[in-house]
Amino acid sequence: MTEERLTARCLSKKTKYILSAAAIIAVLALVWVLEQNIPPTSSWSMLFTVIKKGAIYSLVVVSMNLLNGFTGLFSLGQAGFMLIGAYAYAIFAIPVEAKDSVYQYYEPLIGFSVPEMLTNAMGGAGTVGGTLGEYLGVIILMLFAGLVTAGIAFLIGLPVLRLKSDYLAIASLGFAEIIRTIFQWDGLGSVTNGSNLLRKFPTFSSSLFPLIVSGLCIAIIVLLINSSYGRAFKAIRDDEIAAEAMGVNLFKHKQLSFVISSFFTGIGGAMLAMFQATVNATPFTSNMTYELLLIVVIGGIGSVTGSVIGSFLFIACSEWWLRFLDEGQFLGMDADFMRPGFRKVVFALIIICIVLFYSRGIMGTREFSWDGVFNFFRTLPTRLVAFFKALPGRLVAFFKALPGRIVKFFKTLPSRISGKVKKLTGKTKNSKNNHINNTDKREEAQ
Amino acid sequence: MSKENVLRVSDITMQFGGVVAVDDLSLEVNKGEIIGLIGPNGAGKTTAFNVITGVYAPTNGAVALNGEVIVENHPQGKMKNLYKGKNDGKYKDVKVLTPDKITKLGVARTFQNIRLYKGMTVFENVLVAMHMNLESGIFGATFRSGKAKREEAQMREDAMNLLRMFDLEKNKDDLATSLPYGKQRHLEIARALATKPKLLLLDEPAAGMNPQESAELMRLVERIRDEFDLSVLMIEHHMQVVMGICERIYVLDYGALIAQGNPEEIQNNPRVIEAYLGVDD
Ligand SMILES: Nc1ncnc2c1ncn2[C@@H]1O[C@H](COP(=O)(O)OP(=O)(O)OP(=O)(O)O)[C@@H](O)[C@H]1O
Ligand SMILES: [Mg+2]
Repeated sequence: MTEERLTARCLSKKTKYILSAAAIIAVLALVWVLEQNIPPTSSWSMLFTVIKKGAIYSLVVVSMNLLNGFTGLFSLGQAGFMLIGAYAYAIFAIPVEAKDSVYQYYEPLIGFSVPEMLTNAMGGAGTVGGTLGEYLGVIILMLFAGLVTAGIAFLIGLPVLRLKSDYLAIASLGFAEIIRTIFQWDGLGSVTNGSNLLRKFPTFSSSLFPLIVSGLCIAIIVLLINSSYGRAFKAIRDDEIAAEAMGVNLFKHKQLSFVISSFFTGIGGAMLAMFQATVNATPFTSNMTYELLLIVVIGGIGSVTGSVIGSFLFIACSEWWLRFLDEGQFLGMDADFMRPGFRKVVFALIIICIVLFYSRGIMGTREFSWDGVFNFFRTLPTRLVAFFKALPGRLVAFFKALPGRIVKFFKTLPSRISGKVKKLTGKTKNSKNNHINNTDKREEAQ
Repeated sequence: MSKENVLRVSDITMQFGGVVAVDDLSLEVNKGEIIGLIGPNGAGKTTAFNVITGVYAPTNGAVALNGEVIVENHPQGKMKNLYKGKNDGKYKDVKVLTPDKITKLGVARTFQNIRLYKGMTVFENVLVAMHMNLESGIFGATFRSGKAKREEAQMREDAMNLLRMFDLEKNKDDLATSLPYGKQRHLEIARALATKPKLLLLDEPAAGMNPQESAELMRLVERIRDEFDLSVLMIEHHMQVVMGICERIYVLDYGALIAQGNPEEIQNNPRVIEAYLGVDD
């Protein structure tokens, strides 16, 4: 262990900064060049959908991971918070003259548009100042969307975060469902447009916008995680009783994590509204939350890098790479079973396999680091050689042991299943007993 | 001249439903003392620690730190009828502080069943305990303000010094749970010291140690008491340790105090011998 670490070279801080800056500029430049050269008619234009949606999902999933993976709070309100962010942005961004055509059945209550106001104040549409004004307005509104979402999270957290974390899951899930109904309610139609779409607000066309915004937000989250507060969050995740015994104020830190996570989720929601160009409450169901949770798990609970990789892979698979499965063709032949929807079956199978056989996710709790990358490539040759040297022996051993293992698998299957069932039922019994304790919610601090 | 009092536990009763886990316990710890709390299994020692540190609100009684009441309670609600303890009506106030507040006031503890932060390194485990003294807000800490940077640097230096004292500096970046058992116990003490306590509560620090390790632990506890200028209240089953370093010893049995005094008095106390008879220890 220690010897390995001694040989593992560490780069200086300065080198790492330079490498990071270079990598960021290279990625942004590459995306920009591709955007200039790939026409929207090309099948490769799907790439930009993946980049845009992947970037937005990355932010939302990292926010969720901050809560679930770094603070150990199990919240299921993500879709609800995104919805608030999306509406907070859209409602105040629709230009004044477009309001009547958007709010067809209602009298619009908000008679102004922030980006429009700033465009006019800074030189009018078409001028450089006007364009800057519009951007400024959009950014102010995105921050506003984040703040509104954070404020609502704060109010939910006040009663709920003093309880055990199971209650947070239930309360946040309930909240998300209620908020969706409220936003579709006729009575608020003059603000939310009821169950009709909100449209015609400023959007982005370049993938660079969501990449940069998400990148900045995720960078802030990473800084937070690596600060003293981030350590306190992790302590709560690992052992609430020990965290409290070391002076960490549980409620305050849970509330901080919840509010900050929701703030960035709100910004993600605003960007999703821009990406879709329309907003409607219908798709923000708990299914969306489960999808996000799934990405957290696939990437690795407690790994920001994993969340980002997971988001892009997930979006790429669901929107692009697996599309061919729906097209009725297989290796050039007509295939009856590959009708629309088959993609989802395959996707579900892949995910089940990942969760079953790779339950710590792609990254576990590891993070990207330049040292890691360099050491990976430096030790790659030796590891490859070792791998191929050992391969024949391992294959032989594997196939030799295979029949025995198959037999054993089926022989022990019934007992293992009954064992699991017993464990599950035993668990519920235990949790009931816990409530006998009169004093309060704490488990025994031994 | 009487010694300055640090901890005063008065008439504490802790009743869970019908079970009286601690029964009318009073004890005190003075400045610079190392005090033992012993008793057979299930006597209520850990529960007493949990009351002192705020994990449980006692059913009746009070706890004072440096003369200031930090915990006080009396039977309320359903407990009024259920209460089986003594001194009912003596305490009128209700004061309940959460464990983090009590830690801030200067009481730190270790756990009988080691409770290190599993997903964090040895170094981080100690750093967490310094978080409560951080003055920077979350903005300053996230965006690395000058003050936050200075504080972080200071924290790291202090944590390193603590690790060095416990001979853990080589394991700095290992996961806390990958340490051997004895070192995990040491890390728990180091982590508790990082909160800068005036009173250190050790819950069976020598559990699972062999006689030689126990002897080393005794020297360590004395050294800590001197270097950090604090008082120690320790629960311990190893009589060699308790008799070796404790100035005074309190003995609990079925939640109630059955004896107190210096090691010699305790060793010769017939009630203590009786309580321990049949309990193979
Ligand atoms: N939260 C609780 N609810 C109900 N009973 C409890 C609770 N905590 C402790 N007890 C009971 O209080 C009694 C004392 O337990 P405690 O853990 O304080 O003993 P101990 O003296 O530390 O023993 P050991 O030497 O085994 O650590 C036990 O009978 C235990 O079952
Ligand atoms: Mg105990």
